[in-house]
Amino acid sequence: MTATNTIKQQVPDQYGRFGAFGGKYVPETLMNALAELETAFAEAQEDPGFRQELGDLLREYAGRPTPLTFADKLTSHLGGAQIYLKREDLNHTGAHKLNNALGQGLLAKRMGKNSIIAETGAGQHGVASATVAAKLGLSCKVFMGTEDIKRQALNVFRMKMLGAEVIPAESGSRTLKDATNEAIRYWVSHVDETFYVIGSVVGPHPYPYMVRQFQKIIGEETRAQILEMLGQLPDEVIACVGGGSNAIGMFYPFIQDESVALRGVEAAGHGISTGKHAVTLSQGRPGVIHGAMTYLLQDEYGQVQEAHSISAGLDYPGVGPEHAYLKDEGRVQYTSVTDQEALDAVALLCRTEGIIPALESAHAIAEAIKRAPQMKKDQILVICLSGRGDKDVETIQRAMEERAAGGDVQ
Amino acid sequence: MSQRENRIDRLFADRSRKRFIPFLTVGDPTLEATFHLAHGLVEAGADLLELGVPYSDPLADGPTIQRASDRALANGVTIKDALNLVERLRQSGLEAPLVLFTYYNPVLQYGVERLFADLAAKGADGIVIPDLPIEENAAAVKAASDNGVHVISLVAPTSDSRIRMIGQQATGFLYCVSSLGVTGTRASLREDLAEFLQRVRSSTKAPTAVGFGISTPEQVKAIAPHTDGIIVGSAIVQEIERQGELLADPAQVGEGVKRIKTFVQQLTSALQ
Repeated sequence: MTATNTIKQQVPDQYGRFGAFGGKYVPETLMNALAELETAFAEAQEDPGFRQELGDLLREYAGRPTPLTFADKLTSHLGGAQIYLKREDLNHTGAHKLNNALGQGLLAKRMGKNSIIAETGAGQHGVASATVAAKLGLSCKVFMGTEDIKRQALNVFRMKMLGAEVIPAESGSRTLKDATNEAIRYWVSHVDETFYVIGSVVGPHPYPYMVRQFQKIIGEETRAQILEMLGQLPDEVIACVGGGSNAIGMFYPFIQDESVALRGVEAAGHGISTGKHAVTLSQGRPGVIHGAMTYLLQDEYGQVQEAHSISAGLDYPGVGPEHAYLKDEGRVQYTSVTDQEALDAVALLCRTEGIIPALESAHAIAEAIKRAPQMKKDQILVICLSGRGDKDVETIQRAMEERAAGGDVQ
Repeated sequence: MSQRENRIDRLFADRSRKRFIPFLTVGDPTLEATFHLAHGLVEAGADLLELGVPYSDPLADGPTIQRASDRALANGVTIKDALNLVERLRQSGLEAPLVLFTYYNPVLQYGVERLFADLAAKGADGIVIPDLPIEENAAAVKAASDNGVHVISLVAPTSDSRIRMIGQQATGFLYCVSSLGVTGTRASLREDLAEFLQRVRSSTKAPTAVGFGISTPEQVKAIAPHTDGIIVGSAIVQEIERQGELLADPAQVGEGVKRIKTFVQQLTSALQ
């Protein structure tokens, strides 16, 4: 069993800080909007009416609680820990992103804002936001890097079908980082009437805190389900980390359970030594991106560097500030797996369990493939299966064909 | 505050005149061009210069200044180059106050204390950090005060109850954001701009300067009665972009600077 440290401090504090991380580093134009959001969210959390409406939507529309599935064939294949999968892939729209989009969408309505904007990388948050906008009667603009628009054509089409406007971000690496820049700029210009639905535990306070509160349902359900099924807590929990919302949602309810080892998995892309990766927590340094202090991939002068991953949902040069805090406190271990390891994990989960995972989630599976055989047969390992792989099948197919043709996918 | 007299304070000691504050991106299109442009703008009537440090993720800037940033970054320009440019401008006899404009991350990576010491040593008088609201600026304000340099605070039309808080902390001058949104030229300004500026002025002892979206002599004329200074960025950077080929060519940089001066003179003459 992995020894873990205890987190005693309540985070974030009143300034939105997780230890040295978090905070609000945004143009003055947005400061009042953030203060209003903080107040509105605090009131909503206390309001039984809001909680009930969100709870009903999560149950009757999103399909919660999602199952906790025992992966028996994967377990016997790997020959170690008993592996369970938390099935966020079975949420309506195909990923955990809907939990948060529903919460923020309801909050937008409560604040009297009729238009929402969102940024998206792989498109799952964009699809979730577009879905919520349709369901709640809001207008929706989704900012997306042109590189991601190419990689995630299926999700772009879904967003448009749902009535959202997809706005291409042309700057920088044309991925999630740049989509977020464009969304923030649009927000600065339309702050009076627009609610910005941020898709991960990133951005200025109160976003990292608010998104965690909306996503912690993943871990709360998991904890209750495993106790109900086995009468004990898991020994280890694994989740992938880009911005880190599925991971925080999964980890947070286990933070105080010292016996539970928590492991976050970043995308090593072509390999850390190639420099083409998204391993923010071990290769980055503290800095400011998109309104928060956190670990950041950057050069010596503070210019933000481009991140790389086969998964459009993971190639983000920053990471949620709470993860930066949990890393420094030693409560969560952060590791990484390469594109190739993730692809191999997709193949293995398909064949053993009949589940096509998202490339993001495949990073968590790949880590479990390494970890499970080192654990005892009576130990329990839970993986957060954050989303399903429909959106990624073209990328996966291309990578597999290149490999079959003798090409190097990396 | 150290004993060194700050050039911004000296400039605004006389509030009977309205001041013109142009913005340039350092290294756009070359460091050499920025050096000549700085001198040219002062000759064209600029009272204080704002020098933008190029940044990869300029959240408060619109497309014009982002393109300028990208051009400068492609030339490898860093915050160090910006500091060296300030030193070179001082050595060449330029007396106008100089203010750097940079996002917080480059400041953090350079080291907050080290940066303010270097700003003072090289001859800069202040710094604008658009993503550093007053809640987060304690370390910067302390380092600035220790070195006789100003951290220029920003106040926006959405600041509401924050206006007084920001106004009381402001030193050097208070940067009033004229409109919601990022930097960039705008066809028209907010109808309630005068009212907003009046509120700001009644909340601070610091001189005020208005920026974001101002591009024409008519706008300059309309705003001047309500402020001590007017900041023009994107409109000038757009002209620099148009004259990019001349400005990048050492043989023709003089002609390029002349054209920018002509443009800026139209704006400064609207103040007289």
